[in-house]
Amino acid sequence: MKLVLAIIKPFKLEEVKEALSEVGIEGMTVTEVKGFGRQKGHTEIYRGSEYTVDFLPKVKIEIAVHDEVVSQAAEAIARSAKTGKIGDGKVFVLPLEEAIRIRTDERGDTAL
Amino acid sequence: MTKLLTKLPGPLLFALIAAMMAGLTPALAQEEAGPVDDYLELVESVGAEYAPAFDFFTVSMLWTVIAAALVFLMHLGFATLEAGLTQSKNTVNILFKNVWIISIGLISYAVVGFNTHYPGDFNGWVSIGSMIGDLNADGGGTWGYGGLGLAMTGYGDFIFQAMFAATAATIVSGAVAERVKLSSFMIYSTILVAFGYTIAGSWHWGGGWLSQLGGGEAGFYDFAGSTVVHGFGGAAALAAVMILGPRKGKYSDDGTVKPILGHSMPLAAVGVFLLFFGWFGFNGGSVLSANPGPLGLVFTTTALAAAAGGIAAIMTSWAVLKKPDLSMALNGLLAGLVSITAGADSVSVVSSIIMGAVGGVIVVFAIIFFDKIKIDDPVGAISVHGVCGIWGTVAVAIFGGANLMSQIIGVIGVYVFAFVFSFAVFGIIKAIMGVRVSEEEETEGLDISEHGQEAYNTSS
Repeated sequence: MKLVLAIIKPFKLEEVKEALSEVGIEGMTVTEVKGFGRQKGHTEIYRGSEYTVDFLPKVKIEIAVHDEVVSQAAEAIARSAKTGKIGDGKVFVLPLEEAIRIRTDERGDTAL
Repeated sequence: MTKLLTKLPGPLLFALIAAMMAGLTPALAQEEAGPVDDYLELVESVGAEYAPAFDFFTVSMLWTVIAAALVFLMHLGFATLEAGLTQSKNTVNILFKNVWIISIGLISYAVVGFNTHYPGDFNGWVSIGSMIGDLNADGGGTWGYGGLGLAMTGYGDFIFQAMFAATAATIVSGAVAERVKLSSFMIYSTILVAFGYTIAGSWHWGGGWLSQLGGGEAGFYDFAGSTVVHGFGGAAALAAVMILGPRKGKYSDDGTVKPILGHSMPLAAVGVFLLFFGWFGFNGGSVLSANPGPLGLVFTTTALAAAAGGIAAIMTSWAVLKKPDLSMALNGLLAGLVSITAGADSVSVVSSIIMGAVGGVIVVFAIIFFDKIKIDDPVGAISVHGVCGIWGTVAVAIFGGANLMSQIIGVIGVYVFAFVFSFAVFGIIKAIMGVRVSEEEETEGLDISEHGQEAYNTSS
């Protein structure tokens, strides 16, 4: 089992969700986050004073997947979230030790 | 009885009511003359030949109480504007202070304010009044109370002026936001409204020394209070802010200003539009009657000055700051309104546009200026009310025929008094109990530290 964690641009969320659905992945957890990498922030002005905004809004997607579909999931995300401009984000794959379905108490692969 | 009625099914209830109406109709037909008789009786009691005058008085009184309600609505405008331009962790505190101000403002005006503001015959400087009695007594309930320029009953006069009184303290609440100690502010605002505002106001509207300048011939002219309301509030706010100090982290030693963003531009915009709306009552009601000529003029000059202020602030901030700033545009509307408040009934349409426009330009530079000298005013209250109040008052001498010297004397007199009064009261309170929350409390937010509750509950 693996945890696929991706940081993407917020407006790409719908596309990524559909791309994942096409490879058979239906569940995910989404968080609104802020961050930056090489994408620089911008300057704003409020009542006469300037300030820089470094942190840009992003969306974090987390999906727990079986080993067999990890690369397909990661590809799907990377493909659908790409715009070609700086700030597209990243996809990470983390090992997942245990998973429990709370309702039925299933464990391991069947919990996903 | 009500419970019994609600238990009846719809059609049955309808039939019951229809039957009752049918039963009543003959009775109604007989009493149709009733209300008309009542009116005729009322008019005859003042003198039937005065019926047209009585009608004018009645309409004027009606307009006055409506205007009072419009001015009341400005408190909602202040509350939302202040909330919008400050951080969400302090929203409960801002709203709470606004609830306090309107409440203590009205009560104190009844208990001591009204008779201090309008002491009748007095030495021209100060006369602390007592609680209002039955203002309908001794002819106060009819046109015997005032003349064409005061066509209202005693209670009408009271309630209209009472709504004005609290606006002086609410100007200060915006300037001291996000770091003032709640209990200290509650005490300070009470004293400011009950005595500071009323004493200063008595100098002019109460017939005091300002209205007697030049032997009464060159009296100070302040139609609806650019100086005695807005200027008073702005000057008092400046003194309070100087004692209070800026918000933590706002100004750094090297001179840079760190913007502390307001958390809701929609709330701020709603607030300004409500204030604009209420100002029709503020200036319109200051005609003190339904006299059609002045009333139409005042509504027109007020609206045009506001519009001119908005446009001027937009252009100015766009040019100076490279981007059109919404909060500056909103402040511009208010600047135009404050600028016309002293002369709304005595200047031409073109003059009102110029006066409002100049106010709009001034306010942008004033806001930037105060930040430069490290006077932290989260909502721009000192700039809008204090600075534009000066302009609005002096402008009446330029455009409306008031005596320039008298206007200047009035501005200096009221502003200095407001500043010193505020400085003294706030300073004494600071010495006794402090006026500022601790650094941790300020960082955590006043909602949690002073009130133990949040404005925006994210978990429910």
